[in-house]
Amino acid sequence: MTEEPIIKLDNINVTFHQKKRTITAVNNVTVHVNRGDVYGIVGYSGAGKSTLVRVINLLQEPTSGSVIVNNETFFQATDENAKKTIIGGNDLRDRRRKIGMIFQHFNLLNERTVTENVAFALQHSPLKEDEKKAKVAELLELVDLSDRADQFPAQLSGGQKQRVAIARALANDPEILISDEATSALDPKTTNQILALLKKLNQEFGLTIVLITHEMQAVKEIANKVSVMQDGEIIESGSLLEIFAQPKEQLTREFIETATNIDKAIETISHEALVHNLKDNEVFARLSYVGDTTDEPLIAGLFRDFNVTANILYGNIEILQETPVGSLLVILSGETSQLQAALGTLRDHHVTVELIKGGQSL
Amino acid sequence: MNQWFAHTFPNVIYQGWGGDTGWWTAIVQTLYMTFWSAIFGGLLGLIFGIGLIITAPNGIAPSKTWFWIFDKIVSFFRALPFIILLAAIAPVTKIIVGTQIGTTAALVPLSLGVFPFYARQVQVALSEVSGGIVEAAQSVGASFWDIVFGVYLREGRSELVRVSTVTLISLIGLTAMAGAIGAGGLGNMAISYGYNRFATDTTLVATLLVLILVLVVQVIGDILVKQLNHK
Ligand SMILES: Nc1ncnc2c1ncn2[C@@H]1O[C@H](COP(=O)(O)OP(=O)(O)O)[C@@H](O)[C@H]1O
Ligand SMILES: [Mg+2]
Repeated sequence: MTEEPIIKLDNINVTFHQKKRTITAVNNVTVHVNRGDVYGIVGYSGAGKSTLVRVINLLQEPTSGSVIVNNETFFQATDENAKKTIIGGNDLRDRRRKIGMIFQHFNLLNERTVTENVAFALQHSPLKEDEKKAKVAELLELVDLSDRADQFPAQLSGGQKQRVAIARALANDPEILISDEATSALDPKTTNQILALLKKLNQEFGLTIVLITHEMQAVKEIANKVSVMQDGEIIESGSLLEIFAQPKEQLTREFIETATNIDKAIETISHEALVHNLKDNEVFARLSYVGDTTDEPLIAGLFRDFNVTANILYGNIEILQETPVGSLLVILSGETSQLQAALGTLRDHHVTVELIKGGQSL
Repeated sequence: MNQWFAHTFPNVIYQGWGGDTGWWTAIVQTLYMTFWSAIFGGLLGLIFGIGLIITAPNGIAPSKTWFWIFDKIVSFFRALPFIILLAAIAPVTKIIVGTQIGTTAALVPLSLGVFPFYARQVQVALSEVSGGIVEAAQSVGASFWDIVFGVYLREGRSELVRVSTVTLISLIGLTAMAGAIGAGGLGNMAISYGYNRFATDTTLVATLLVLILVLVVQVIGDILVKQLNHK
C-alpha cells in the first residue's frame, strides 16, 4: 500500500526582501514526510530550517512552491508573480490546530499557569468546558506534570517547560508535531528525556514528527529519515541508516562525526607512538560497517586467512533503528599482497575501509 | 496645636475647606481631572500603542500605511508642548465640551496631552512580549483578538501597570498646568493662591498634597506590578 505523504513540500522557495538585498532563506526545497515518520532536518544555524518548517503551517508564507498537508493544498504558486492559492482565516487556524509545534525557548505564556497554558490551545475547541478540563488533565498526565498544574512557567525547569509546551502542542490531537530545536536549550540528560517522550508519542500514537536540530545526536536517537540542509538547500536526504553509513556530502560527514566522536578519536590516536611510528608493513585505517557484518568474526578471519593482524585502537558501535552501525580504528599489519587481499575481503563484506595513514603501496 | 497651626499657616486657613477656593474643592478638581483624562487619554493611548505594535513590520498585522499613520499622529502630539496644546486646542474643546475654560474643559487638552506619552509607553511595554510567544499562540490557531487580548495585553499586564503608573504621575503634573485655563486643582492652588500672592504656606501645603497623591499612586502601582508579574 502506498499512501500519500502526510506533508508534501514541493519546490519551496522563501525569499526575504530587505532594504537593499534579497535573502534566499529556502531555495527550491522538496520534502515529503510520510505518516508516522520522525523526519530529522539537520543543519547549522542560518541554514533555513526554521523558515522551511514554518512553511508547513504557513507561519511563513512561501514565495513559491506547493504545500500539501493531509492531501489538502495549503499553498500553491508556481513563482513569485504567479497567481497563488492559499488557505486563510478560520480554515487556516483550524488546520494549524492539527499541527503542533514546539520551540527552542518553549514560548510559554509567562503569566499563565501550566493548566492555563495548555487550555489556551483549546480556546476554540468544540469540547465543552468540563471536557476541556479533563483533556488538560489528561495531557498533563501524559507529560508527567500533573503535580505542577497550578505553577507558573518561571517555577519550572527547562525540561518541564518543554513538556508543558508539548502538552499544549498536543491539545487539539494533531497528527503532526514540528519540533524546532526543542532540545537545543536543554542539558544532555533532559534532552534524552524529551527525545524519549517524542519517541513514545511517535510509537504509541503514530504522531508524525518533523525534528529540526543542529545536533546530530538528537536525530540519531529518534529519527528514521534525515535531510541535511545548507544555505537554504537540502543537500542530502535518506534513511537514518543510509545517511550514517554512507554519507555523501562533506557537511553530512561533519554532522555525523559530531555524534560519534570518531574525529576526536582519530585526532588523539594519530599522535600516539603506534601510529606516529607506523612501520612499512602497517596501515592505520578506519573500518565502518552497518548491520549484520558485526556478527561475523571478520577480524579473526583476517589473521586466519591472510595472516594479517589487526590492532584495534578504538571502537564505536551504535544501534540506529535497531541496526548496529560500527566504526573501528585499527592498525593492520601484514605482507603487502596479503593486506591487499584482506582489505578486499573486508570490502566484499560491505565494510567501508578508509586508509588514514600508511599503505601507499596498496 | 490649633493655635500653632493657625499662626504658622495663616493663608492655608484663609483658603478654607469647601467653597470655590477651598482645599477640598482643589483636591476634588485634581482627582477629577486626573481620573477622567486618564480614562480618555489612557484608552486613546492604549489603542495607538496596540496599533503601533500590531502594524509594525514584525507585528501580527503588518501595515506600512497604518503604522505610519499611528506613528505620525503620536509623534505630532508628543512634540507639542502641553502649554501650547492647552491654547491651541481651545476651539476644539469648545465644540466637544461647550466651553473653553473650567475643569471639564481641561479634560480635552489633558487627554490629548497624555495619550501620545502613554501610547509610546504601551508600545515599549508590549514590545517586550516575545515574538516567540505570539508565534506559539498562532501555531495553536489563536485568532487576531486572541493574540491582542490573550497574549499581548495579558502577557504585558504587569509592564502595562508599570507604565500606567508612570503616566498617571506625569498626568498629575499636567493637571497643575491646566490651572492656566481656569481648571482649578492643587496645582492652581499652589501657583495662583500660593506663589503669586507670596503665600508660601499655601504653596507648601498644596505641594505636599500633590506629593502625597503621587506617592499613593506609586505605591499602589508598585504593589500591583509585583503581584501581576510571574516572570
Ligand atoms: N523574517 C525574516 N526576515 C529576513 N530574513 C530572515 C527572516 N527569517 C529568517 N531570515 C534569514 O533566513 C535565513 C535562514 O534563517 P532560519 O530559517 O532561521 O535558519 P535556521 O533555523 O536554520 O537557523 C537566515 O539568513 C536568516 O537571517
Ligand atoms: Mg532555527
